[in-house]
Amino acid sequence: MRFSIYRYNPETDPRPYMQEYTLVDPAPGMMLRDALLRIKNEQDESLSFRHSCGEGVCGSDGMNINGKNGLACVTPISELTQPVIIRPLPGLPVIRDLVIDMSQFFTQYRAVKPWLIVKDPIPEVEFKQSPEERDKLDGLYECILCACCSTSCPSFWWNPDKFRGPAALLQAWRFLADSRDQATEERLQALDGPYKLFRCHSIMSCVDACPKHLNPTKAIGNIKKLMLKSML
Amino acid sequence: MNIAQRKFDTLVIGAGGAGLRAALQLSQAEATVAVVSKVFPTRSHTVAAQGGMNAALGNVTDDNWHWHMYDTVKGSDYLGDQDAIEYMCRAAPKTVVELEHFGVPFSRLENGSIYQRPFGGQSQNFGGEQAARTCAAADRTGHAMLHTLYQQNINAKTHFFDEFFAVDLLKNKRGDILGVLAFDIESGEKIIIEAKTTLIATGGAGQLFRTNTNASINTGDGLAMALRAGIPLQDMEFFQFHPTGVAGKGMLITEGVRGEGGYLINAEGERFMERYAPHVKDLASRDVVSRAIAIEIREGRGCGPNKDYVLLKMDHLDAEVIKKRLPGIRDTCMTFLGIDPIDQPVPVFPTAHYTMGGIPTNKNAQVVVPVGTGGEEAIPGLYAAGECACASVHGANRLGGNSLLDIVVFGRAAGKHIIDYLKSHRRHQALPDESIEQALQRLAHWETGALEHESSDHENSDHAKNVSVAQLKNRLQQVMEEYCGVFRTEDVLAEGVKAVQDIKDQLEYAHISDHSSIFNTARIEALELENLVELGLATVTSALARQESRGAHSRVDYQQRDDERWMKHSLYYLQDNRLCYKPVRTKPMTVDTFPPKERVY
Ligand SMILES: Cc1cc2nc3c(=O)[nH]c(=O)nc-3n(C[C@H](O)[C@H](O)[C@H](O)COP(=O)(O)OP(=O)(O)OC[C@H]3O[C@@H](n4cnc5c(N)ncnc54)[C@H](O)[C@@H]3O)c2cc1C
Ligand code: SF4
Ligand code: SF4
Ligand code: FES
Repeated sequence: MRFSIYRYNPETDPRPYMQEYTLVDPAPGMMLRDALLRIKNEQDESLSFRHSCGEGVCGSDGMNINGKNGLACVTPISELTQPVIIRPLPGLPVIRDLVIDMSQFFTQYRAVKPWLIVKDPIPEVEFKQSPEERDKLDGLYECILCACCSTSCPSFWWNPDKFRGPAALLQAWRFLADSRDQATEERLQALDGPYKLFRCHSIMSCVDACPKHLNPTKAIGNIKKLMLKSML
Repeated sequence: MNIAQRKFDTLVIGAGGAGLRAALQLSQAEATVAVVSKVFPTRSHTVAAQGGMNAALGNVTDDNWHWHMYDTVKGSDYLGDQDAIEYMCRAAPKTVVELEHFGVPFSRLENGSIYQRPFGGQSQNFGGEQAARTCAAADRTGHAMLHTLYQQNINAKTHFFDEFFAVDLLKNKRGDILGVLAFDIESGEKIIIEAKTTLIATGGAGQLFRTNTNASINTGDGLAMALRAGIPLQDMEFFQFHPTGVAGKGMLITEGVRGEGGYLINAEGERFMERYAPHVKDLASRDVVSRAIAIEIREGRGCGPNKDYVLLKMDHLDAEVIKKRLPGIRDTCMTFLGIDPIDQPVPVFPTAHYTMGGIPTNKNAQVVVPVGTGGEEAIPGLYAAGECACASVHGANRLGGNSLLDIVVFGRAAGKHIIDYLKSHRRHQALPDESIEQALQRLAHWETGALEHESSDHENSDHAKNVSVAQLKNRLQQVMEEYCGVFRTEDVLAEGVKAVQDIKDQLEYAHISDHSSIFNTARIEALELENLVELGLATVTSALARQESRGAHSRVDYQQRDDERWMKHSLYYLQDNRLCYKPVRTKPMTVDTFPPKERVY
């Protein structure tokens, strides 16, 4: 099986280049992460990429695979056309090979105050929440911060410092949607203005890219609706 | 020395559940906290925990902490320390409620309280009816918990060193730990972080075994750092094999499946756990279920063309239950097996899962070491919590759902104790150069391949030069699985000790070719393997010495538990592979001791 992988080590390489590798006898059912590990272990230990859990829950190994963002560990190589072209997630600075600098992405995440804000006195027991209220968090809390969505979003590419991006906005909605949270107004106010939220033009690339099948576009739509409602 | 130096009140190594819970306590108390993690915090392995955490909230069945304590002592096969277990079980309800207040999106019951499911080894009334004690956020409890704790830490303004690799602890002559030498993975730049207190929260060492449920980062770095600092490791022979890892692949299928009504069958379609644990069947302790599966397979009743696994059946459950309560494992089965568990049973096999042993601690999460003749003493300012610690609340076998509890209870306890300690210890102590030198030397080996040229006078040098770090890691994992698996015997273990020692010798002469500074993952893997090898040796050595069967440690040649000779903790020292022992703390804090009994489920 043939691979063409983006390589760049700023210490030694004047510019990035694509390197070809061939993997003989890939195991049936092999995921791309295992294929990359085999290449690294058997052919070229200098190939760098992040990975950890191997099952799509830690969010480490987002990369651009044949033009589409995804997690290597849950991408079966049998479904990929050859040569498999692997690049770092687009739009953010590259540290080395497939490793990108995610600071910008996390800064946007932190900026939406992604934590529960409660103003009432804290009770002795748990806050009550009905199963129906809890259902509203499904499809939101599962985000693994892999950045596949934000790095596929043209609006984020152009304004990574101003537009919060789909991942952060999904989390903003996760707290707005939580029946326990009491900071709705501040949260909405903080997203006002031409950029933070409103740079989203509903292109939906983010939905396509999300390996956890979450829907940031819908979350963004919900925030916009709530904003309208609170303005009236 | 030209190395950046930073000073903090307190240092936390590890940003999993244990590290983040402690850091939160400390940041809220306005101590300056540095949290060092080799991965971005939400990538820590706590994120993968599925089924939930135990607390006697009594939301579903009648329950109280004392019953939880009984189950935990029994589950530990009477090797757990009963004061620490009492502390944990008593603290559980308020710790879970606190997490809920932090924002953890627990699943809910109709009345709006936290959803709880039954898990293995849980009973009401000291061994009576099944209890439902495991608080869950669907089957993504660890993810929900880790993200929430990270979010609260952002709010509390905890200082994070993300993607910094801790190399070794720094200490003075007296043995006080004064900080750590680490490097920034992105740039390769070294840094000395000095602190008045240090908490080790680096998680387990599941990568010791070939097929395991753990993330690739679970290489037990903190355990090995402790060993190199002269601290012994406790009860390393007790390694948990989870009954239901995906056969041949290792992904975990949570015990919550059996909690929700799933069960195991062999090739004859028999629900075989009925024979091994007539009372609770598939919800017996993990050691019991794992052994039962291994026996079924050994006796030829395994499933599949090679008869090498059993099946976990849940296709009789309501599809809605699976979609709602077990969405994560359904996803995993579909992705990795192409099987929808709503329609088809899942092939499973006992899989290396959890490090029961670790750095010896007490109920304040202080690291304790033996002194003089008998007795033990806390190392001032040094703490350990989470999977790397051995309090010991899990003894010879951990109950499912008790680890997520352990990490937050003792993370919190560490935080509280550190705050008190800092009140009376206001200054940093002087950091001797020798200690820094030693840590630097370890790094230098992989930075330049320094030992390479010396290897010419080593008899194995030609041979050794050709082995790569990756090959040695494979070999180690294979050796551990073959020589130190579910069933163990004297001869095989003795060979195992030799085999691991051999790998350790070879590793000294192995080298890497990538000497670059920026995000050099080859170097990290080499450092991790060095750590793993020490832990492999600790594990087989301790296992060879323990001539009894207790909890997860099953000796074919010593099939009974032997309380007279062996109701004691092992302590393994790096120097000379030495072992010594200390008594189990059988006296709880306030209630009566649970004396050892035969363990039936
Ligand atoms: C698949 C799976 C499912 C599980 N499900 C459950 C469950 O349902 N219920 C339950 O109770 N338990 C469960 N467990 C067990 C439980 O999840 C773990 O024991 C627990 O999460 C460990 O937490 P921790 O904070 O100790 O360590 P971890 O979460 O492993 O964190 C370790 C931290 O240390 C850092 N670190 C390590 N080495 C270094 C170094 N050299 N330098 C810098 N940083 C370092 C890492 O970056 C990481 O931040 C499960 C385990 C697995 C594998
Ligand atoms: S829908 Fe919005 S957030 Fe998603 S990719 Fe398009 S512009 Fe970006
Ligand atoms: S929304 Fe999906 S793609 Fe975006 S960060 Fe979260 S999990 Fe990744
Ligand atoms: S390795 Fe964790 S998400 Fe792929």
